[in-house]
Amino acid sequence: MLQIEGLDRSFGDRKVLDDVGFTVQRGRLTGFVGGNGAGKTTTMRIILGVLAADAGRVTLDGHPLTAEDRVDFGYMPEERGLYPKMKVAEQVAYLGRLHGVDRGVATTRAHELLERLGLDARADEPLENLSLGNQQRAQIAAALVHDPQVLILDEPFSGLDPLAVDVVVGVLAEYAAKGVPVLFSSHQLELVERLCDDLVIISGGRIRAAGGREELRESFSSTRYELVSTGDAGWLRDVVGVHVLDFDGGYAVFEADEDVAQSVLRTALDRSSVRSFTPVRPTLGEIFREVVTDAQPAPVLAEVSR
Amino acid sequence: MTATPTARPSRPSIVRAALMVAEREILAQVRTKSFLISTGIMLAIVLGSIIAGAVFAGNDSTTKVAVVPGTADAVVGAESIEAVDAPDDAAAAQLVRDGEVSAALVPDDGVLGFRILALDAEPAELVAALSVSPEVELLEPADTDEGLRYLVSFGFGIVFLMSAAGFGATIANNTVQEKQSRVVELLLAAVPSRALLAGKILGNSVLAFGQTAAIAATAVIGLVVTGQDDLLGILGAPLVWFVLFFLVGFVLLASIYAASASLVSRMEDVNSTLSPVMMLVMTPYFLVVFFNDNEAVLRVMSYVPFSAPVGMPVRLFLGTAAWWEPLISLVILAVTTVGVIALGAKVYERSLLRTGPRVRLKEVLRAQ
Repeated sequence: MLQIEGLDRSFGDRKVLDDVGFTVQRGRLTGFVGGNGAGKTTTMRIILGVLAADAGRVTLDGHPLTAEDRVDFGYMPEERGLYPKMKVAEQVAYLGRLHGVDRGVATTRAHELLERLGLDARADEPLENLSLGNQQRAQIAAALVHDPQVLILDEPFSGLDPLAVDVVVGVLAEYAAKGVPVLFSSHQLELVERLCDDLVIISGGRIRAAGGREELRESFSSTRYELVSTGDAGWLRDVVGVHVLDFDGGYAVFEADEDVAQSVLRTALDRSSVRSFTPVRPTLGEIFREVVTDAQPAPVLAEVSR
Repeated sequence: MTATPTARPSRPSIVRAALMVAEREILAQVRTKSFLISTGIMLAIVLGSIIAGAVFAGNDSTTKVAVVPGTADAVVGAESIEAVDAPDDAAAAQLVRDGEVSAALVPDDGVLGFRILALDAEPAELVAALSVSPEVELLEPADTDEGLRYLVSFGFGIVFLMSAAGFGATIANNTVQEKQSRVVELLLAAVPSRALLAGKILGNSVLAFGQTAAIAATAVIGLVVTGQDDLLGILGAPLVWFVLFFLVGFVLLASIYAASASLVSRMEDVNSTLSPVMMLVMTPYFLVVFFNDNEAVLRVMSYVPFSAPVGMPVRLFLGTAAWWEPLISLVILAVTTVGVIALGAKVYERSLLRTGPRVRLKEVLRAQ
């Protein structure tokens, strides 16, 4: 388990991380979402030891990270970078060797990964000859060549076509299944929602929400319900304690507390047949917007930073 | 709990990491066409100038002179004269007309007993060979002759300048390229910045040293083949010192190049940042070319770390340095190098991940 505790970091007078803390569980994909400049990249750089924190610490299974641990980390920086003039397979293998893998093993692994990522035909070409999407695949190979025990990926899906996204998703799931903590950031919220088990939301350098995907949706779901019935749902407007948000024939979305909602359901059943009655859970996008645009994050923070 | 593969790789030591970086640096460079071509051109220039030197020095150019039995004795012992025997005066004159020989020596009734036949110009060489000149004694003889001193000073100066500037630029470009392409972040996630810097300096030093050694070898072989090996006797010791000074001096400049380049993020900004360093590299060359007859300037040069690799070998060649002087100068150079590397490593480490506009040196040294 990778644990991040109380990270602070300033650049000059600008505080970019303020008491950032969350955990990345083994065997789970953890999504890291936040707006531009929220502090994702800085946090990841600090985890990788590429940048020093002003305060706070990062531990792996309870002990503070050492350089020896970090050699087993797979890292994909936000700013992609490989040598433009170096052959693809060669530089993937070179990066593997810098991580302590033997030359022979690194070369074999590099070719295996490139094949899996559909780049085997371009393995001996200089990187600059590849399209951006293919360079991105090479970057993924570079992050995985030393068979990492922790994966930290900054925007691994940006610039990939849907097929490549599927391949990468498959690889990440495979690593998570092996018990590797996987932390990745992404702007593609639908993808994150579909993919990850845990979520961390950062905004303005502070963690606004963190936890399991379903728990988060649960905790952010307001007292909002959706009713689909065969009859006209217009009567809802007259029920005390119900605030109708959306209405169209037999379809209605309303806010009400639990007891009122239950009585609404009973009434609806008496009036006509009910197709569905569900509490509305917010999508990740909705949670994200709510959390991030929240100027006064204190109550949310108090809840999640338990 | 983790499906660990058979053996986890362990972290490479800083030395191993530096060696891997150096290896990549060397391979990347050696594979470029520009490197191979420029090395080839340099070797060709060295070989060419040695051959040209041999031709101009006139070591094996001799004047052919036709002689008849009565005048053959007159040219015996004259080194630059090759006697061509002719049966009589008429035959000798014919050889001159045919261009077979540049002049002919025929009997004459005058004081000398012979006169010279030439086609359209006075054969100065022959006249000089046959002239009697008084013995000259120099009260303050120069240790080495003017032309040679200039040539050797120029040689040391240009080789150091070319290597330092050439490989310095390579180091700078590679550093900025790593920053610009952001690969540096991946590298730093795996190895410490010191290993990166050390590998870079090591790799390029090996290349610079290899190239300089190739030039030196070409020069030595060229001198031997063209029969100028007497020059080697005087050049030998200064050449060895030059190699020693070069090794340390190059590392000094290499770390300055790497640290300076780490301050910028884009190729366009490299040149402006490097211009002070370029001055540092060019100055010894100009000083040694213009002031190689000024002992005071040379003496100062031979102790200042940045010019010592050129200044000290020149003084040794001129025989104006005592045996202990190169040792002291080398120690000064080595100490400076260690200090500059320490400072350079700090700058390098702190500015590698900073992107955007050029990072100011003051800011880097003060930060953290």
